[in-house]
Amino acid sequence: MAPEPPLLSMSGITKSFPGVRALDGVDLDVQAGEVHCLLGQNGAGKSTLIKVLAGAHQPDTGTIRWRGEEVTLRSPIAAMRLGIATIYQELDLVEHMSVAENVHLGHEPTAAGFVVRGRAAREATAGLLKRLGHPEIDPARLVGELSAAQQQIVSMARALSHDVRLIVMDEPSAALDPDEVDNLFRIVGDLTADGVAVVYISHRLEEIRRIGDRVTVLKDGRAVAVGLPAKSTPTREVVSLMTGRNVEYVFPERPSSAPETAPVLTVEKLSRQGEFEPLDLQVRAGEIVGLAGLVGSGRSEILETVYGARRPDTGRVLVDGKPLKPGSVRAAVRAGVGLAPEERKAQALLMLESVTRNVSVSSMSRFSRAGWIDRGAELGAARAATRELSLRPDNPDVPVRTLSGGNQQKAVLARWLLRGCRVLLLDEPTRGVDVGARAELYAVVRRLADEGLAVLLVSSEVPEVLGLADRVLVLREGRVVHTAPARELDEHRVLDLVMEGSPAS
Amino acid sequence: MTQPVSPPRDDRTGKVPPAGQAPAWRAVWSRADVRTLSLLGVLAVLVLIGGITKPDQFLDTRNLQLVLTQASVIGVVTVGMTFVITSGGIDLSVGAIVALASVWATTVATQEYGFGGILFTSIAVGVGCGLVNGVLIAYGGMVPFIATLAMLASARGLALQITEGRTQVVTVPSVLDLGERDAYVLGVPPLVLVFGVVTVIGWLLLNRTTFGRRTVAVGGNAEAARLAGIDVRRQRLYLYLLSGLCCGIAAFLLIVLSGSGQNTNGNLYELDAIAAAIIGGTLLTGGRGTIVGSVLGVLIFTTITNIFALNNLQSDVQQIAKGAIIVAAVLVQRRTASTT
Repeated sequence: MAPEPPLLSMSGITKSFPGVRALDGVDLDVQAGEVHCLLGQNGAGKSTLIKVLAGAHQPDTGTIRWRGEEVTLRSPIAAMRLGIATIYQELDLVEHMSVAENVHLGHEPTAAGFVVRGRAAREATAGLLKRLGHPEIDPARLVGELSAAQQQIVSMARALSHDVRLIVMDEPSAALDPDEVDNLFRIVGDLTADGVAVVYISHRLEEIRRIGDRVTVLKDGRAVAVGLPAKSTPTREVVSLMTGRNVEYVFPERPSSAPETAPVLTVEKLSRQGEFEPLDLQVRAGEIVGLAGLVGSGRSEILETVYGARRPDTGRVLVDGKPLKPGSVRAAVRAGVGLAPEERKAQALLMLESVTRNVSVSSMSRFSRAGWIDRGAELGAARAATRELSLRPDNPDVPVRTLSGGNQQKAVLARWLLRGCRVLLLDEPTRGVDVGARAELYAVVRRLADEGLAVLLVSSEVPEVLGLADRVLVLREGRVVHTAPARELDEHRVLDLVMEGSPAS
Repeated sequence: MTQPVSPPRDDRTGKVPPAGQAPAWRAVWSRADVRTLSLLGVLAVLVLIGGITKPDQFLDTRNLQLVLTQASVIGVVTVGMTFVITSGGIDLSVGAIVALASVWATTVATQEYGFGGILFTSIAVGVGCGLVNGVLIAYGGMVPFIATLAMLASARGLALQITEGRTQVVTVPSVLDLGERDAYVLGVPPLVLVFGVVTVIGWLLLNRTTFGRRTVAVGGNAEAARLAGIDVRRQRLYLYLLSGLCCGIAAFLLIVLSGSGQNTNGNLYELDAIAAAIIGGTLLTGGRGTIVGSVLGVLIFTTITNIFALNNLQSDVQQIAKGAIIVAAVLVQRRTASTT
């Protein structure tokens, strides 16, 4: 250890929740000016650790030293006073307040006890935004009007408005496009050059390689590796530390020949003003069609319109040749279309309910007579569907909120499997799913396709679209700029297309 | 036909061990059971207090019959309210609907149709008001708080207009007979039987039917329910209809109980029903509801009122005690929620 005490040193941190030991003697030390990456699967204890660091959770045992002195972080305010700021994955901004008000929330500039509105706060905010490379954000605008990426910048500006020595970033790149990620990395570089330490959490190993200095890997509440060199540790070693087994980022085999069946899903001239231009596509049984594009290219909007959650301006959607009633989710579900939406917790899951009830919710008529539910049949069917997808734990009575991201996604897939759907719409299926569980999810999706489902896949991760889909439609600003079999494309080519596009007309 | 539950693979999920092992007490009782038991405990303490302070009067059969009868009217309303709150809504108009239904059903013109006329009118007015609430909320996109607040004001106004402030005495003997001791079944007043039946049906509806599942799903996550293919708007309409129906039934019970219809009937029922549902364990934010808890909540409140009345304490003291109980119940629930 360096003679200079580390900026932050946590040792032997233990934290238990009822029934769960979330942290079990974790050590972490962070030097000033370094990017310290925190890796681990969902449920490994990352969130709990950063909440301890943010003062939101109190550890049961263990010590925290700040510049060599033992401290107790009794509350988020105590952590903030020391100079620890946290940027959570779910941004904690007040939508109905302006950018400047959000940045100064909790430490508003005051005069004689009154909040001073206006110029001073706005100017300070503008300065911070400029430092963050986003001078175009108007401090007077309401946060609710900003894009997700801009909101993240505001969140960072708020962190910097304190005299911050350590910033914790929880998956900051999850909602960002590649160019915004570049900007994020530039900001991280500037911060560390100023001697600020960054604790960076991400699922994306390549990011950690790009900006990380050291890596700490958590698994099942323990630190299985502390302070590994981020750039030189082989990926395979990091992944095997996280998962406890050697996992490659593997995609399942494609069938040797494309199926020559009639299309199950047909989309004709579907469009929505300002979101995406008239789109035609067909998906056959057994086929996975991928939509690749940046955030804002209309990907999710297309899926939701196909599903009837948004009403199209023009065009129609056909399943097995029969047109669906436009703008009706129920018509789509009845015709055999299922959606696994991007925001699983907000759009798909009943978080208070058990896995069984989450799986059966779209097929209740199958277990009921005159509205009366046969709970034995329901449980049996839910168990069969979740077993088929190897959902863990193998007990459909557990609350769905206790599952990891990958298993929550399986619960959503099991819902549509049970429903017996023909068309599966997948929006960012591996968002929030850790590396180890992804390969398994890919295999599940391919198997469902092999069993005759038509799958339409949206993902912002180009390798995922290329690895999983049979055919890829590249989107840029709501328009399809290229269509090709996945094996004829590579990541570089797709990125070129989504960034530059080739003017089609 | 169900397969046996496999043993826990992962004790971090905190799931219940399979039967046959010796599980910790915490695993045996789910959180809901703990809450129900604690409510029963509170009720037992109240009965004890009543028995000690007024041993002769409180435990008298007539007094217990009275307590249960009083609980029946607000209890039926609370069952409907529980559904609405479970779905993430609120119905502030229940007291006003009870008032309107009770006066509409006791006008001279209605009473000419006898028992059936009074019963039918009570329920029709309740369902009609529920329909208006439901359409405004489900298809008009109004916030439940505002729509039912408007209904509260209008229904009370209409009730006053019908009665012109007078008490409408019921002259139909068959209705009045229902409240007499001769009509008691094995010592149980018919009103209490109606309450019991409504409770059982409500419990079955919430826990054993697709209607109940949809209610919970809409309350837990309306967007997820919609994207899972549930007709959220129609479900909301049905829920306010159900609440209106319960108000109509309660109005009829109140007519039997008081032998009259008054525009001041059902005063502050909305608060009592919401309070009973909340202390019973129904989440005000929706997604979780318990009929048993609501009924226990009603019994607790009614018992307190009775004990206070027997001890000649004024209603202002009662109100303060009720407020304190609501706060205490919610605090206790938060504790049990975080420790189980």
